[in-house]
Amino acid sequence: MQGTASPIDRSSTIVVAENLVKRFGGFTALNDINLTVAKGEKIVLCGPSGSGKSTLIRCINHIERHDGGRIIVDGVELTDRMADINGVRSEVGMVFQSFNLFPHLSVVENCMLAPMKVRGLSRPEARERAMGLLRKVRIQGQADKYPAQLSGGQQQRVAIARALCMQPKIMLFDEPTSALDPEMVKEVLDTMVQLAADGITMVCVTHEMGFAREVADRVVFMDQGSIVEDGDPETFFRAPRTERAKGFLNQIIH
Amino acid sequence: MNSLDFSILLQAWPYLWSGLLFSLALTAAAFVIGMLLGTCFALVQHFEVPVVAQVVRGYIALIRSIPLILVLFWFFFLVPIVLGHLYGNGRPIPIGATWTAFITFGLFEAAYYSEIIRVGLRAVNKGQFEACQALALSTFDTYRCVILSQVIRVASPIILSQTIILFQDTSLVYVLSLTDLLGAASKLAQLNGRLVEMYLVVAVVYLAISSAASQCVASLRRRYAFTGAHR
Repeated sequence: MQGTASPIDRSSTIVVAENLVKRFGGFTALNDINLTVAKGEKIVLCGPSGSGKSTLIRCINHIERHDGGRIIVDGVELTDRMADINGVRSEVGMVFQSFNLFPHLSVVENCMLAPMKVRGLSRPEARERAMGLLRKVRIQGQADKYPAQLSGGQQQRVAIARALCMQPKIMLFDEPTSALDPEMVKEVLDTMVQLAADGITMVCVTHEMGFAREVADRVVFMDQGSIVEDGDPETFFRAPRTERAKGFLNQIIH
Repeated sequence: MNSLDFSILLQAWPYLWSGLLFSLALTAAAFVIGMLLGTCFALVQHFEVPVVAQVVRGYIALIRSIPLILVLFWFFFLVPIVLGHLYGNGRPIPIGATWTAFITFGLFEAAYYSEIIRVGLRAVNKGQFEACQALALSTFDTYRCVILSQVIRVASPIILSQTIILFQDTSLVYVLSLTDLLGAASKLAQLNGRLVEMYLVVAVVYLAISSAASQCVASLRRRYAFTGAHR
């Protein structure tokens, strides 16, 4: 099995989804999803557009409310209790396709806001932590600029640093490179590879199959709201079991 | 009487100054009350608070369809009667012209500022709310630190226009026998017959203050430059 050297602790799960269902009006986006994420595991979620992969990770931090089944994150079942939800969210970092940085705050302030408001860090503490993580994503030189002054790749790296500033137990990536110009994809993927090497738990929706091969412990293939295949990347890429996965791989590899 | 004679200004200045101060004080008070109350009105509608949102919508529709001068009249004459029925023995409780002006302007402007903020709230990208959720920010911090600060920055030119209109509208307090800048000039003009000079001077003062305000906002916007877009 490929993947990184970091240990996966199969005995402790961080996300458990059981019979998860999500509907948008009459459309069933997620149909009876069962997924377990172990601590330290790196999972790549892929599938054709509209297959429900983004919806699935958005259910993990309750940005989408599920309609059926259960979802347990870090031992807490997500219901409508706001205290539980915010407790879970503070342990789950999320990176969006469109970055969603706060345009009125500088890069470093973007990273300081939640640690100060949610974790109760003082301004100097939050700044120190933010600078440390901006250094990690190699963008410390832009700390006092505003998001609009940065390139897409730089903005996405800031978004990663912002999520890491909460010291999350798991990171969710929702197509982090899909909105980027091609020449900027690599810098973001490199940052994510580096994170993976640090051993953080990751669930990543992406079509970057090179990244999946290099980093993923498991590839989960979804289609029409269901998990169709779930296995190690080597097997998935070399010998997909289902016709749907074969068709999908043919299409993205051209 | 043919040539312009501005020497009258030397005597007139203190009176004009007191009128100007009243205009500025009324503008400042109405701005603060209007923005605070207007933001609350906008949030109540944004969150669709049951009943309250409908009441607020009705209030805004009513205020925006009535001239300010009429609202001033109503407030001055009707509120004392209402207060009298509520707290007294039916005898009107006067609230005075100055209080009437400050309260009415504040309530009136709240309706307009509220519409500006409400539209601004709708223009904020959905991703901004999601980023706040993902970072576990409370609703209060989300609105205070992220959403409203963006709305106010983006809407600042419209907020400024509304405030300049407000500043010019303060001249309507003449119906309550209060004296603002224009009122002071007009009284002096009629006393000494120097109408052209007086009205020229107040026009210059209005122009100077309004353009100074515009410059001020423009420089603030430059300092906090962000395009509002996030690519």
